[in-house]
Amino acid sequence: MERIPILRMGSFLLVTIQVDMHDKLAMQLQDDVTARIAEWGATGVLIDISSLEIVDSFIGRMLANIAAMSRVLGAETVVVGMQPAVAITLVELGMSLPGIRTALNVESGMELLYRTTAEQPGVGDERSQA
Amino acid sequence: MSVLKREQLPLRSSADIVVARQKVRQWSIDLRFSLVDQTKLVTAASELARNALDHGQGGQMTLEVVNGLSRTGLKLIFEDNGPGIPDVEQALKDGYTTGSGMGLGLGGSRRLVNEFSIESELGKGTRVTVLRWK
Amino acid sequence: MSRLAEIIARNEEPIRHDWLDNMSRSVQRTDLMSSGELREQSHRLLGSIVRGVQTDESAQLSGAAWNEAREMLQEISASRAHQGFTPSETANFVFSLKQPLYNAIRKELSDADELFGAVTAVTMLLDRLALLTMEAFITTREELIARQQQELLELSTPVVKLWDGVLALPIIGTLDSARTQIVMENLLQTVVATNSKYAIIDITGVPTVDTLVAQHLLKTITAARLMGAECIISGVRPQIAQTIVHLGIDLTQVVTKAKLSDAFALALQKSGRSVVQSNGTSNGTTPSVVTTLAKEK
Repeated sequence: MERIPILRMGSFLLVTIQVDMHDKLAMQLQDDVTARIAEWGATGVLIDISSLEIVDSFIGRMLANIAAMSRVLGAETVVVGMQPAVAITLVELGMSLPGIRTALNVESGMELLYRTTAEQPGVGDERSQA
Repeated sequence: MSVLKREQLPLRSSADIVVARQKVRQWSIDLRFSLVDQTKLVTAASELARNALDHGQGGQMTLEVVNGLSRTGLKLIFEDNGPGIPDVEQALKDGYTTGSGMGLGLGGSRRLVNEFSIESELGKGTRVTVLRWK
Repeated sequence: MSRLAEIIARNEEPIRHDWLDNMSRSVQRTDLMSSGELREQSHRLLGSIVRGVQTDESAQLSGAAWNEAREMLQEISASRAHQGFTPSETANFVFSLKQPLYNAIRKELSDADELFGAVTAVTMLLDRLALLTMEAFITTREELIARQQQELLELSTPVVKLWDGVLALPIIGTLDSARTQIVMENLLQTVVATNSKYAIIDITGVPTVDTLVAQHLLKTITAARLMGAECIISGVRPQIAQTIVHLGIDLTQVVTKAKLSDAFALALQKSGRSVVQSNGTSNGTTPSVVTTLAKEK
């Protein structure tokens, strides 16, 4: 079954969501992220939604769940790249995703993670696939 | 109002929700809705389709291009033969007060469209009709 | 009515001359329209009326017999609306056709009943035609206004880049929901395009802030936050501050500053920068913005 790939960047995870997810895929992602955090001892999760053209309440809840579960496992989550039309619609829908940190793009998302987790940018960041 | 085009899709599984979203996206692109309006329509469709599936035990979505007095709109009708909604007023409010994000389907969708109507009968089913003018 | 059709058809040219000769200055508006154009319009309009009357005695303007006349009137009306004629001047163009028609009827009919019938029919016909003219005129004006409103909306919400990563959005005028949509879209698109983390929304030019306006502002701020940008509201006047407190609007989640300059300084500071006096060139010391190397929390 297709899965959303999770990249490892040092002590952080990078998840790039590029497909219109159906529910099972979203649930699978939640499982995979928590599994990887535990497996690699990750302290930060970066979720890149710059390709997502739709975020409905289901996906919003998924993002909130990932952030909450990651925090319990000791990792901070940052959601990056939300498109303007999506942001406007979410606000109208009534979702403000409180407690979820956001950043404009992967770069500033990483900066934010470094600041909040007090990690040092490593010399040799390993990258491996889930 | 006259109907210029109509199509019906089943809502029987979560994969159908994705198809429904893509169909609404395509139709709203064809009608040249702005990007924000497209997003609102597709998001509302996703919410209501999911409602029909999760609470209505499955149903169907009908898309219609309608012509008003001097404007065109996209109408979406979501029907299911599920248990119905006991308190519609409450259901519409819930989405609003629990702004943290849980159970926003109905109340939230209403804010994304220009016209919204809902009929529900216990034991018979529910029909939600939404419309966005260009 | 068929007699009327005959009479008008037979006397078309004299009627037209009578019409043009006696058209008042205000209907002619030689400053807006050449006499050649006026003569042509009169010729075509009268012709279409004659044909209409000949085909349809009942003067049902919605019928096919009157298509030509209706289109002509709409054209005449729309072009006059654009040229700057007043509604009355445009309607009077049609009304002023009454007297010439009466004159023609008077010449041809002597029986009192016939005369009465013909005059009544002409009056009713021309009144309907004039009303049609007015409606077309108004529609054209409304379309013009709608277009201008749209242009104004788009022009009146510029987003300014104050510094690398800092935008300013000065709002002038009232903030209703239509405007908020445009403001939000504009701001958010610029945030993405310029990669700006800070957006200063200056409301010095917003006359009143009520619950609705506050809601609109909060929506914009929330949307920006979802994208990873932070908004600062500046230009909060003392009266506005009072209103906000009185109305119980909750702005605790929002950073506000009285002055745009304070908001700018804050944005710079938050992005790890400060403004320092540097040893200047010949024109004295000039401050410069420096990025502090050690990033503050």
